[in-house]
Amino acid sequence: MSELPLKDPAPADDAAEAEPRPGRIRKPIGWSMIIIAVLVAVSAALVYRRDGIDGVLEILTHDLTLFGGILPRVLAGCLLGAFIAEVLPHEKVSRSLGPKSGLKGLLIGTAFGAILPGGPFTAYPVASALLTVGADFGATIAMVVSWTLIGYGRAVAWELPIMGTDFTVWRILISLPLPVLAGALGRFVYVRMYSRIAP
Amino acid sequence: MSALIIDIILWGSVAALGVIAWRRGRLVLTMSVREGTMDFINIVPRIALGVIGSGYIAAIIPQEIITGWLGPDSGWLGILAAVIAGAATPGGPVVGFSIGAVALKDGGGAPQVIAYVIAWALFAFQRLLLWEIPFMPARFVWFRAAVSLPFPFLAAAIGRP
Repeated sequence: MSELPLKDPAPADDAAEAEPRPGRIRKPIGWSMIIIAVLVAVSAALVYRRDGIDGVLEILTHDLTLFGGILPRVLAGCLLGAFIAEVLPHEKVSRSLGPKSGLKGLLIGTAFGAILPGGPFTAYPVASALLTVGADFGATIAMVVSWTLIGYGRAVAWELPIMGTDFTVWRILISLPLPVLAGALGRFVYVRMYSRIAP
Repeated sequence: MSALIIDIILWGSVAALGVIAWRRGRLVLTMSVREGTMDFINIVPRIALGVIGSGYIAAIIPQEIITGWLGPDSGWLGILAAVIAGAATPGGPVVGFSIGAVALKDGGGAPQVIAYVIAWALFAFQRLLLWEIPFMPARFVWFRAAVSLPFPFLAAAIGRP
């Protein structure tokens, strides 16, 4: 699935881009997709047994509407990821978010996750792009965890109205140190897990 | 309304980065647009399966079952139950937070509800399968979920009165 021949002429005017970028991995349908498919099929069958065809169709139309609404945002997220992978200089990213970036890298990842706009349709393509351009697991974990725990998007749109201000503020305060801790733990475990396999 | 703001910020960021790419050269712009569109085309079937299918998964896991796991037991066993409930909660933010809000009103201790919300945010299985796995290397997703396991407990420990 990688279009290697097309990648060659890309880095025309940027010396930093001279090294060939590791192609983004496009996965074939893996076992995780098979698990979801089986889960969905079993659930749909159970809904059919309980509610009949009407129940199945009702959920289908609702979810199709949802899907239609999400689709443009998924496209925006993919474009965002692709731009980030293309625009951010590889060595700068590996210096500030790479395995040797230390606490600073984890803090940058945390800050980035906290300010990132949008929902899962942006966070995950962007995180994936960061991994491609040289961020390590630790910094990327800090980013994803920060987005999910202290990102303002979900908190403002959903948590504040449903859970109330007191709980939300308290919950976010408690969460503040967690992205850095998760990133540090990730780095700690990663180095010990993979250093023997790939020195 | 908030959806409109999200879209404006989102497409605004895309446009801003697009301009940066364009200033690096036309080729950089067309390459990234191509790359992003290819990713999109690749991901759509996975998202379709997840989003369209998630309604069925949510329909067979009734909210009452999840709420039942968030009892008044604020000991470590109660927190463990809350973490499992968070991981098992299907559906989007409305479902997760509504369950949390009900538990809070029904006298679920605050540490469990915090553990529940944080576990749900960190590793709700449906979000892992539906959103993370399609976009990210599977090895990273499982690694991140495993590393996140202690943190709902830590948050509950901090949140204890």
